[in-house]
Amino acid sequence: MEFQIPDFAPAYPEIFLLCMAGAVLLLDLFLGKRFRNLAYGLSIASLLATIAMIIGSSQQATTFNGMFLRDLMGDILKIAVMLFTIMVFIYSRIYQQDRHIFKGEYFVLALTAVLGMMVMISAGNMLLLYLGLELLSLSLYSLIAMRRDSLHATEAAMKYFILGALASGILLYGMSMIYVTTGTLDLAQIHAAIRTGDSANLVLSLGLVFVVVAIGFKLGAVPFHMWVPDVYQGSPTSVTLFLGSAPKLAAFAMLMRLLVGGLENMSGQWQQMLIILALFSIGFGNIVAIAQTNMKRMLAYSAISHVGFFLLGVLSATPDGYAASMFYILVYGFMTLGSFGMILLLSNKDSESDMIANFKGMFSAHPLYALVMTLLMVSMAGIPPLIGFNAKLAVINALVESRLYWVAVVAVLFSVVGAFYYLRIVKFMYFDQPGEAIRLNGGMEMHTLLTINALALILGLPWIGWLIRICNSALAQLS
Amino acid sequence: MTFEHIVFYAISLILLVSGLLVVTVKNPVKAALFLILCFVSGAALWLLLEAEFLALTLILVYVGAVMVLFLFVVMMLDINIAEMREGFVRYLPVGGVVAVLMMLEMAMILASSKTGLVERSHPVSHGADYSNTAEIGSVLYTDYVYPFEIASVLLVVAIVAAIALTMRKRPQTKKQTPSRQIATRAGDRLRMVDLKSEKKQP
Repeated sequence: MEFQIPDFAPAYPEIFLLCMAGAVLLLDLFLGKRFRNLAYGLSIASLLATIAMIIGSSQQATTFNGMFLRDLMGDILKIAVMLFTIMVFIYSRIYQQDRHIFKGEYFVLALTAVLGMMVMISAGNMLLLYLGLELLSLSLYSLIAMRRDSLHATEAAMKYFILGALASGILLYGMSMIYVTTGTLDLAQIHAAIRTGDSANLVLSLGLVFVVVAIGFKLGAVPFHMWVPDVYQGSPTSVTLFLGSAPKLAAFAMLMRLLVGGLENMSGQWQQMLIILALFSIGFGNIVAIAQTNMKRMLAYSAISHVGFFLLGVLSATPDGYAASMFYILVYGFMTLGSFGMILLLSNKDSESDMIANFKGMFSAHPLYALVMTLLMVSMAGIPPLIGFNAKLAVINALVESRLYWVAVVAVLFSVVGAFYYLRIVKFMYFDQPGEAIRLNGGMEMHTLLTINALALILGLPWIGWLIRICNSALAQLS
Repeated sequence: MTFEHIVFYAISLILLVSGLLVVTVKNPVKAALFLILCFVSGAALWLLLEAEFLALTLILVYVGAVMVLFLFVVMMLDINIAEMREGFVRYLPVGGVVAVLMMLEMAMILASSKTGLVERSHPVSHGADYSNTAEIGSVLYTDYVYPFEIASVLLVVAIVAAIALTMRKRPQTKKQTPSRQIATRAGDRLRMVDLKSEKKQP
């Protein structure tokens, strides 16, 4: 039998990251007691090095028999995932130390989660999509459960684990049905088989339904959202921060690889399903978020509504729509990091400070951070001139171009409802009296980064066009 | 209906019934045993497909290793069955209706339409000298080396996660100190005591 050694070069960043995860694990074991920040520094350094490797070797390539795809979309998403992870590490350092979960394993598991996301992002085969997803999920479950003494964290980990396992089962079932009809796991071959064959095949449609349900579970779209608020609230804030930002990008990549890369010719069918998911998510998320008193829970419902919004771009089923979605999810991840970063900033050794009331009177105590939070919340609500508005605008634009006017109208109406609970926090900060003295936590590096994070939402405006153009050319490569 | 069909339906029936019993039976140990029956009949189905190596691996790994551990855990944990089954009846109507609907839908879809967009020939049946193991070996480390490696990373993560979650220092944890164990002498462990022999009572 003839065997050619696959070209490893496109996968060097992944291979390097895996080696570094192993190195962090071993070095922390032997030197961790002497150098407390070793795992922390080494993880950030290896993520930065991986980013440099990706930028340095940016190319379009396929290797490992079409199982590994390297393209512009993948490169951008991978870089974003790693930047977000670095921000998570920096934001959560003090919080972790206060709670005795600043351990080497935390960084190792976060790095393997990043590796799982990278595998998902560049998957050209359903097998790899599944394996990457499991690698990501398994790391996340254990990251949440790491805080052993907290009953909430254990409960959240259990809930996430059971529902995640169920979603994985559903995903596999759907994939098996797609395999039955097309006879292959390779996404490019599936695409070819459906193009020439009958896309109205019932078994194929059933497989599609299962796959969409599983992705809905992973994204947390209504009606598969039950786990989101509990897991967001129960997890240590440092993990919620991670959970709410980077994996959303991987889920976007999964959606693109499966629905566009593999099942593009069934877009008429998945469009219908995504409209239901998206509109329910936007409506339900925005309305229930109003009633929340816990900040993390409120942000969880806000995450549900944002997921709905980002699905709107995908369901327009045009390259412009996909690009708008990608831009939206990048901006959303960035804003989420800032918002959870603010909770981390207020938390201290004794309290999580994750109630909305904790933000009362922020302006009189710390005007700079009141401004930071205002920028984040206003951007989340999608009010011009902040970047969050541009993201929403791009998605709505894509919808209008594909003549889905009524969907666009409903989405805009519910975002107006959503603006209420974001602006309520601004009101609390500027017009209410503080309940107790607000102490800020976190180191110098966190304070700087958090401020930059929020200011970027307005000062980054001149570069918006450039970012959207990159997203556009990335997605143009895909289809 | 050939002999193979009869075997297939018989084994599938066992698989389905035992699968149902895993979730409905009251005693968790019995549930674990039914799960073993599930695996064995699954392996038998694979044998029918001429996947001998996979069938044997399933039995060796799942029945031989995983389920034995599972049984140990089930027996060691003090599981309150009554508490676990609370709500089973309450949720049964809704769950049952959904399950039956799903089953009907799937039966309709699978029975009515032809599966397969691509026409594929019937799988070739190989003779007794055909090595299944060699075939799997020749693609596992070549064509499928990438998923194979990722699967191995998954196992490493599972180990790291399991250790990170369970290994922690508690005051009541009992552990060995190897240096003290090695340095010990016979005299530390064994004390010779002189006892006078007792006289037999008359």
